[in-house]
Amino acid sequence: MDRHQVQRVGFILLAVVAAIVVIPILIVIGIIAVEGAGAISWEFLTAMPRDGMRAGGILPAIVGTLWLTLGTALVAIPIGVGGGIYLAEYARDNLLTRAIRLAIINLAGVPSVVYGLFGLGLFVLLFRFGTSILAGSLTLAIMTLPIIISTTEEALRAVPTEFRTVSASLGGTRWQGIRRIVLPQAMPGVITGVLLGLLRAAGETAPILFTVAAFFLPRLPQSPFDQTMALPYHLYVISTQVPAMPDEIKYGTALVLLTLVLSMNVVATLIRSTYRRRREW
Amino acid sequence: MSEDTGPKICVENVSYRYSGLQALRDVSLEIPTHAITVLFGPAGGGKTTLLRLINRLNDLVDGTHMTGRIWLDGEDIYGPRVDLPTLRRRVGMVFALPLPLPGTVRENVIYGPELAGVADRAVQDEIVVRCLKQAALWDEVADRLDDSARSLSGGQQQRLCIARSLALEPDVLLLDEPTSGLDPISTAKVEATLEELKTDYTIVIVPHSIQQAARIADCAAFFLMGEMVEYRRGAEIFVNPHDQRAEDYITGRFG
Repeated sequence: MDRHQVQRVGFILLAVVAAIVVIPILIVIGIIAVEGAGAISWEFLTAMPRDGMRAGGILPAIVGTLWLTLGTALVAIPIGVGGGIYLAEYARDNLLTRAIRLAIINLAGVPSVVYGLFGLGLFVLLFRFGTSILAGSLTLAIMTLPIIISTTEEALRAVPTEFRTVSASLGGTRWQGIRRIVLPQAMPGVITGVLLGLLRAAGETAPILFTVAAFFLPRLPQSPFDQTMALPYHLYVISTQVPAMPDEIKYGTALVLLTLVLSMNVVATLIRSTYRRRREW
Repeated sequence: MSEDTGPKICVENVSYRYSGLQALRDVSLEIPTHAITVLFGPAGGGKTTLLRLINRLNDLVDGTHMTGRIWLDGEDIYGPRVDLPTLRRRVGMVFALPLPLPGTVRENVIYGPELAGVADRAVQDEIVVRCLKQAALWDEVADRLDDSARSLSGGQQQRLCIARSLALEPDVLLLDEPTSGLDPISTAKVEATLEELKTDYTIVIVPHSIQQAARIADCAAFFLMGEMVEYRRGAEIFVNPHDQRAEDYITGRFG
């Protein structure tokens, strides 16, 4: 084989590897879309479940997941982005910050069920929030923080140091340089991190299992101290806990969850590319 | 030199070390008001370091150690009551590479004044026009104020950076090889700009060549490996250096 043939073989191998990654995802999405499409109807999206969840809609689960995601965002974005800014722009390289970084890396690797138990112990029992949207959002937020902090930190570090120096040389305080120059330039990365984190939160089951999720609760939550149904847990329940469950409803629920998560993903991509066009380095 | 009103800046026995490297050794010099002082010598001599000490930009770097004092108008700039933003508004800096901030030409010029609290649009516009004219850039960008600063040519960007520093009406302008990335025509424009500016400003410059140093110097200091070897008024040093090492450098025996 000459060099060109070797190169061609290499390309083919890489293409095969890429296909191995992509094809299963497409198959999963395809099966869920085909099997679940029949279940999607106005009633399915806007009605309460009936007949032991075997009929009716999944509105409380959709609304519950939206509330949980919003609650997670409210807690995790300010703390996570703030933490990322601190680590990238202010923290000196000492024992304390190294310990913080190590903790963040380790937190990212903790299994989600452990977060669930932690949330149960801290928010539900110790703080007496009960099984509630508040407790669930806080638990999900803690799980999301490592992702947001580390992607924010990386995005800020990718912005050239010179911008900070120039800003300082023009009489800017450190914070003015960050707010007016560095942070806007890092925005695509920050948004990516935030949405990755929230997407994961929206789809997780284990952290909400003990902290907020209701098995069957055919009404919409009225306050942050209410329990609520949520899509991932609902999916788990109807797939494993309810006998004689029509397959169509399971697939339909999965399709709604998937659509929710994927559309957030699309929004993230759009925001990111808009910002990226304005990036100047 | 337009007038002799005593030194603007006094550097007094300054030694400076960072990451184990002795960048400056016991440097003392007086920088006169309203004149161009040139710091020249081979790379690694400590010229840029000294510039960055005069407006305390080196504070941004960790792990450094400085002894000695630097006085600006008789005030110790490393004193406990010095406010860094205020100091840096008085002592402007232009870097070796043109470093426009993200945003438009106008936004770049107005960045400093805006942080200093100048919010009035009309005042801002005056500043933009004045500084771009001072930096000999106005004619080229008058109708491009809202274009991205990065759409300008390298030479224009560097003059924009000078304009940006002038916008704060500093007393002192520090320039670190401001023409190193520029073609001869742009270089000539920048040098002409500096000649005009020195009637109002005290200028300290690290030139990008000995020729440039000789062309613009009112005072010149020769730096070698962290030491200031020779410091003289006027352009004498280039014609008749006292120190052998300075002579060797100037006549091109090393560089």
